[in-house]
Amino acid sequence: MSRSAILKSSLVKKYWMALTGLFLCLFLVGHLVGNLQLFIPGMEGQLQFNEYAKFMTSNPAVKILSYVTYFSILFHAFDGIKLTFENRKARPVKYAYNKPGENSGWASRNMALLGTVLLAFIATHMTNFWAKMHFTEMPMQTVDAEGAMLMEPLKDLHTVVMAFFNPSVNNMALVAMLFYVISMIAIAFHLWHGFQSAWQTLGVNHKKYTPLIKLIGKGFSVLVPLLFAVIPIYLYITQA
Amino acid sequence: MNLTLKIWRQSGPNDKGRMETYQVSDISPDMSFLEMIDVLNDQLVREGKDPVAFDHDCREGICGMCSMYINGEAHGPGRGVTTCQLHMRSFKDGETIYIEPWRAAAFPVIKDLVTDRSAFDRIIQAGGYVSVNTSGNTQDANALPIPKENADKAFDAATCIGCGACVATCKNSSAMLFTSAKVSQLALLPQGEAERERRVLRMVNQMDLEGFGNCTNTGACEVECPKGISLENIARMNREFLKASISSES
Ligand code: SF4
Ligand code: FES
Repeated sequence: MSRSAILKSSLVKKYWMALTGLFLCLFLVGHLVGNLQLFIPGMEGQLQFNEYAKFMTSNPAVKILSYVTYFSILFHAFDGIKLTFENRKARPVKYAYNKPGENSGWASRNMALLGTVLLAFIATHMTNFWAKMHFTEMPMQTVDAEGAMLMEPLKDLHTVVMAFFNPSVNNMALVAMLFYVISMIAIAFHLWHGFQSAWQTLGVNHKKYTPLIKLIGKGFSVLVPLLFAVIPIYLYITQA
Repeated sequence: MNLTLKIWRQSGPNDKGRMETYQVSDISPDMSFLEMIDVLNDQLVREGKDPVAFDHDCREGICGMCSMYINGEAHGPGRGVTTCQLHMRSFKDGETIYIEPWRAAAFPVIKDLVTDRSAFDRIIQAGGYVSVNTSGNTQDANALPIPKENADKAFDAATCIGCGACVATCKNSSAMLFTSAKVSQLALLPQGEAERERRVLRMVNQMDLEGFGNCTNTGACEVECPKGISLENIARMNREFLKASISSES
């Protein structure tokens, strides 16, 4: 079989889905660690968060990782859309009466729908924070917690984020917070199926390890989105 | 039992087809589902109408011919059974039962409930075989030591009867469970070693060419498979394909 035929294979498309998906799980953990710093109160928290944001946008190793992340998101989305369309084509006539709930879970059947919600979320999320940080004039943090002048002023992403979820500054804060929470629910369902599914696609199905993978997958899919979602809720409530 | 049947009728491959409603009465709960259709067909023939075409052969759960999508599930309710092994006691008196053919681009309808499943044959032809010496000095199968666990797993995979319920039930019309069972039954045994790489590459390639969809690991196939073929086989095929496509030189 020719090399091009291998590259076009359904299985190869799936290996890429699995690999990019698992990489994005790692990315989520990294992102979450950054976000959790928003819980640190006062100027100290502001300084730490802004320094972290600077590190994430300037460190060369992180830069490479962020390009892998952009690639993974785009590839995962396009590959997913392609697979979904091919799958639709594979059943041109639908059943008049079908009971898919008898044999499979809801999340496993709605990965494309959940993925679409996530893509919309990523687009708005990147416009709101990532694009501002990269391309526009930002408010600057010039002094540290003790009031001393900073050697180099920092882009004040902390203030941007706080204001975004503050109802007295942003009249869309409630909508933003709710959309964020809904998106985290979508990601939870997406991961509920996706995490363990990726391992199966890569050929890992083992008496000893698979139950463990499934358990970790479930824990991950609940815990990570939950922690993400708690932050905007907290910022909204404490600033209301 | 009295039943209302909603059955897919399609006079030929080019007919658009439609669901039609029939009534049957005095059905014994001990009848098999196919026998119930026999009663309906008998009635239709007496009325001078065209009987419902459906596939069947062994009527004992081993040939895999009796493909019917019944009340939203492949081979109807119940696990580990084909349509011929499904009994009318699984239904309630007065119930309405929907009966449709397998739905997949790769399994086109020939007539009514009969679909063309030769795509499966072509997948087997692409690589689901072993080369053995048939010139009269065939080796004793037991001459090669095989670990018991492998023999068991190969046997389990080999129980696939090619019924197509996995494709019919999969939301993507994917043939991964079938193909992986046929890859596994040989990949697990020393006799399958010679064609090991070629086999998986060619069978997966043929599976794609036939227009089956891509597996998304919903696991519906495993639940509906009358032979309980395990998803482990799909993972094994994924492994085999990955290894073979990296090491293959062509
Ligand atoms: S894997 Fe199961 S459902 Fe699929 S063809 Fe074989 S026996 Fe039928
Ligand atoms: S007729 Fe052979 S399996 Fe049902």
